[in-house]
Amino acid sequence: MNIDSIKNGIVIDHITAGKAMVLYNLLKLDKLDCPVAIIQRATSTKMGQKDIIKIAVSMELDMDILGYVDPDATINIIRDGKLVEKRNIALPEKLTNVLKCKNPRCIVTTEQELPHVFKLTDAENKVYRCLYCETMAKNK
Amino acid sequence: MRHLIDILDLSTQELDQIIAKANDIIDNPGEYSEKCHGKKLATLFFEPSTRTRLSFEAAMYELGGNVLGFSEAKSSSSAKGESVADTASVLSFYADIMAMRHPKEGAPLVAAMNSTVPVINAGDGGHNHPTQTLTDLLTINREKGRFDNLTVGFCGDLKFGRTVHSLIMALTRYANNKIVLISPMELRLPSYIKDTLDKLNIEYIESESLEAVMPELDILYMTRVQRERFFNEEDYLRLKDSYILNPEKLTTAKEDLRIMHPLPRVNEISTAVDKDPRACYFRQAMYGKYVRMSLILYLLGIE
Repeated sequence: MNIDSIKNGIVIDHITAGKAMVLYNLLKLDKLDCPVAIIQRATSTKMGQKDIIKIAVSMELDMDILGYVDPDATINIIRDGKLVEKRNIALPEKLTNVLKCKNPRCIVTTEQELPHVFKLTDAENKVYRCLYCETMAKNK
Repeated sequence: MRHLIDILDLSTQELDQIIAKANDIIDNPGEYSEKCHGKKLATLFFEPSTRTRLSFEAAMYELGGNVLGFSEAKSSSSAKGESVADTASVLSFYADIMAMRHPKEGAPLVAAMNSTVPVINAGDGGHNHPTQTLTDLLTINREKGRFDNLTVGFCGDLKFGRTVHSLIMALTRYANNKIVLISPMELRLPSYIKDTLDKLNIEYIESESLEAVMPELDILYMTRVQRERFFNEEDYLRLKDSYILNPEKLTTAKEDLRIMHPLPRVNEISTAVDKDPRACYFRQAMYGKYVRMSLILYLLGIE
């Protein structure tokens, strides 16, 4: 794979430097059967340094995970070597099974089947709270 | 269909409507004695409670309805490992409305997500207890005739007291209330609630002395100071008497002060205060039944 350009796939650009591996793991990109390139601490005129992930396949990305980890990143969809779509990412209102509630008194600790759901309660400060017990999520 | 999981689920208008209906029930109990004829309330109490469960049951009986349920987890299917979600799904077939107390935070919300009938949170661990807040609001309304222009003192454990947190937040919805926070340093109101008061421009002061602020208060809301909350025995012994209300401490209080307490009381209000007409904590427990009657009607959509 030539990491400078991909023919069909996705480029996640403008990732805050140091967060590419967090996204790689949360998006489970290791499970893909295609080339994935991670570029860390590339020079950026806008950001100083940035990370980039290039995925050589078209796929649906979990926008909630992207939004939670790095809402300032951008997604570029590449088809036949051309940029066909640029998507901005928003802070998700709700995260399901991305974070785990650590409060031992929360109902999720005894009912294993329940999804771990967190709600955005303060967009300005990026605060997420458990849907059930309202415990604040620790920063990733 | 509506549930009541958190007091913030209700708008100010809805709160006012529930309080107004509770007042009407108190004034005209006969008109409500058959309103829930043929309806059943399920009381799912996964941990023991005297006042809350019996006030719910009394409320449903006084509306002419029936009650079924259990009062501890070991007499329910949860002892066999049944989930809250399954219990709620099944109980939806047997009852028209349910009230749930559970030691785990968020359990009533899980029940509401799986129930086809309204669910009332009757206390989920140290998290929410919205019907206590409704009780407190009806008490203030009955005893003071208003929700605004009040100086309300909260005394004792302001750090862990969920009833205190909910009532403070409810009072912020009304104009010109002043909050007086009386507690030892160790048990002060959490900063995130004080931040909210600052944001909403609500006036509040903090004091370690009950006597110092007593003359200002229109309402004094007492809570229990528990020994285990203190870091050391020395501090507990030094401070415990400061937060016990007795007739001497009331000598500088207003004539129309009202003393509230969510009960159960241990020793934080001397029994000598009980006969003072300003003490209204037993009436508060009575209002708890009426406000639950009003809530049941509201959630069942019965006029």
